[in-house]
Amino acid sequence: MDIVGRPSRLTARERASRSARGGGSRSAPAPLLAPALVAVAFLVLPLIALIIRAPWARLGPVLSGSDATQALQLSLLTASAATAISLVIGVPLAWILARGSFPGQRLLRALVTLPLVLPPVVGGVALLLAFGRDGLVGRYLDSWFGLTIPFTPLAVVMAETFVAMPFLIITVEGALRSADQGFEEAAATLGATRMTVFRRVTVPMIAPSLGAGAVLCWARALGEFGATITFAGSFPGRTETMPISVYYALETDPDAAIALSLVLLLVSVVVLVSLRDRWLRGGSVP
Amino acid sequence: MTHEGSDGLFVDAEVRRGTFTLSVAFAAAPGQVVGVLGPNGAGKSTLLSALAGLTPVATGRIVLDGQVIDDAGTGAFVEAARRPVGFVFQNYRLFPHLSVAENVAFSPRARGRGRRAAKSAADRWLDRLGLTGLADRKPGDLSGGQAQRVALARALAGDPALLLLDEPLSALDARTRLDVQIELRRHLSEFTGPCLLVTHDPLEALVLADRVLVLEEGRIVQEGTPAQAARRPATEYVARLVGLNLYAGRADGPAVELSGGGAFVIPDHGQQGEVLVAVRPSAVVVSSQRPQASSARNTWPAQIAGLTLLADRVRLDLEGQPSALVDVTPAAVAELSLSPGSQVWLTVKATDLEVYTRGPGQRG
Repeated sequence: MDIVGRPSRLTARERASRSARGGGSRSAPAPLLAPALVAVAFLVLPLIALIIRAPWARLGPVLSGSDATQALQLSLLTASAATAISLVIGVPLAWILARGSFPGQRLLRALVTLPLVLPPVVGGVALLLAFGRDGLVGRYLDSWFGLTIPFTPLAVVMAETFVAMPFLIITVEGALRSADQGFEEAAATLGATRMTVFRRVTVPMIAPSLGAGAVLCWARALGEFGATITFAGSFPGRTETMPISVYYALETDPDAAIALSLVLLLVSVVVLVSLRDRWLRGGSVP
Repeated sequence: MTHEGSDGLFVDAEVRRGTFTLSVAFAAAPGQVVGVLGPNGAGKSTLLSALAGLTPVATGRIVLDGQVIDDAGTGAFVEAARRPVGFVFQNYRLFPHLSVAENVAFSPRARGRGRRAAKSAADRWLDRLGLTGLADRKPGDLSGGQAQRVALARALAGDPALLLLDEPLSALDARTRLDVQIELRRHLSEFTGPCLLVTHDPLEALVLADRVLVLEEGRIVQEGTPAQAARRPATEYVARLVGLNLYAGRADGPAVELSGGGAFVIPDHGQQGEVLVAVRPSAVVVSSQRPQASSARNTWPAQIAGLTLLADRVRLDLEGQPSALVDVTPAAVAELSLSPGSQVWLTVKATDLEVYTRGPGQRG
């Protein structure tokens, strides 16, 4: 038996790469390679099918069909409204979760992040039970103010906020936790009240995370389906958002469904690109 | 010295942080620069933090210009944002998202001045500190020395009655440090309120401070002029800072019995009981043979434990009764063929031994 193993052949490129990185061979072990390729195929094939099957020639007319435009408009509008509401009420909550110290804080954090893992349909049912005509709060809104929320554009915004706001909260909370509080101390010694510190120091310094959280929240709101259809229904022009429109169009007008899906895919790509520094850098998330 | 009702800073308080307790009582007059020296963990930063209102005192009180700003007895507490205190932090903590001018205008603006008034106040300080050309830069684009000046301008622009500087030069490299030090001295001399300057560099304290306060383990161990501290260190730490050998002992007439072992004979020192004896490393003579005995000299054997080259001389670490640090020339090292383990004789003239008791304020 040979003491030295039989030589294989190293290409010049492999030689250069190994001498640059050191540490011997880094090629993937064969048993990992095949499953990894299956995973890639599984993730990419559907997207390719979508692009291939898209009615590229009729894309304009299909998308300008009144239902599609309406759905797109409604989706953009409600997702933006949900993001705005999340910023107004979610950022203060993120601050309190990150900086406060009070009994039940951990429980509160768990509750706040629950919608992240909760099936959206359950969220929709819960919203109905709270704000429906017979709901916990809804019955008073109805009898005192004549305000009915379910199956209105407002319900769409509420469903989207319920599902998407946690994305903003956890992103901002993480940023607030890791932010250097020395700057806030410095601001205090310079005479800034706590609100001034928040406005002029804290928020500007976590701006990148705030932006990322808002984009993430908006993207999640845009794609919301389960909670929306449960709590707001699907009235074209009023509560039928893009994802719901895609779902119905698939039965009646597949070309339109594909075209709408393409639009949503495009939006996702844009979101991903805008978040690339945070999510696509590879390795650890900052 | 100031008393509680007059202008200046008056502190008599305990500050707790976890298991650490800082216990201090001192006063600082208007215009006085007090250097706060001490090893890491001595409580220097805790002291500044309490004065700035970032940590409340646990007992006692802090009075600034006759006004109580913190009193654990009555519960009175002025929040950090409402104290007329300027704080220059160790790493400056300049707001990275604001320009130099906006950083300097931050305090006037936060203290309620209008945008234009704040800007003109900032401009004045930028001008005074020679920063006008940098007004539009972001802190990330400044050199260490520039950032230090901006931090000082930002602290002063709030028109403080008390100025606190936490190791203002430690973030600078050795070369810029000297220039900035000279400049800082000029600016500090123009400041009319009391100023506390934390440092662990004794030279910095000597150059910048009118008075020094040495903290060790949360207590003031020495207080006085820098010259006093340099001549008569109260503790081992201060002695090391100023480069002296220090021995605690008991005087009985001319004989001083050292508590760490060994004895000196020092005629006419005029002290009795517990004393400290300080001696310069360069005042001790090293010889390889036992020198002639003399009443004006103290002689004892010692063994070399280590040698360190310091610029133009060699510092010997000697073990004996007592142990000592001694400076000799490199030539002497060669002539006497000194090396670790060598047995030598040490001689010091009685007149080079400074004998004193722990003065007032020199607790420990």
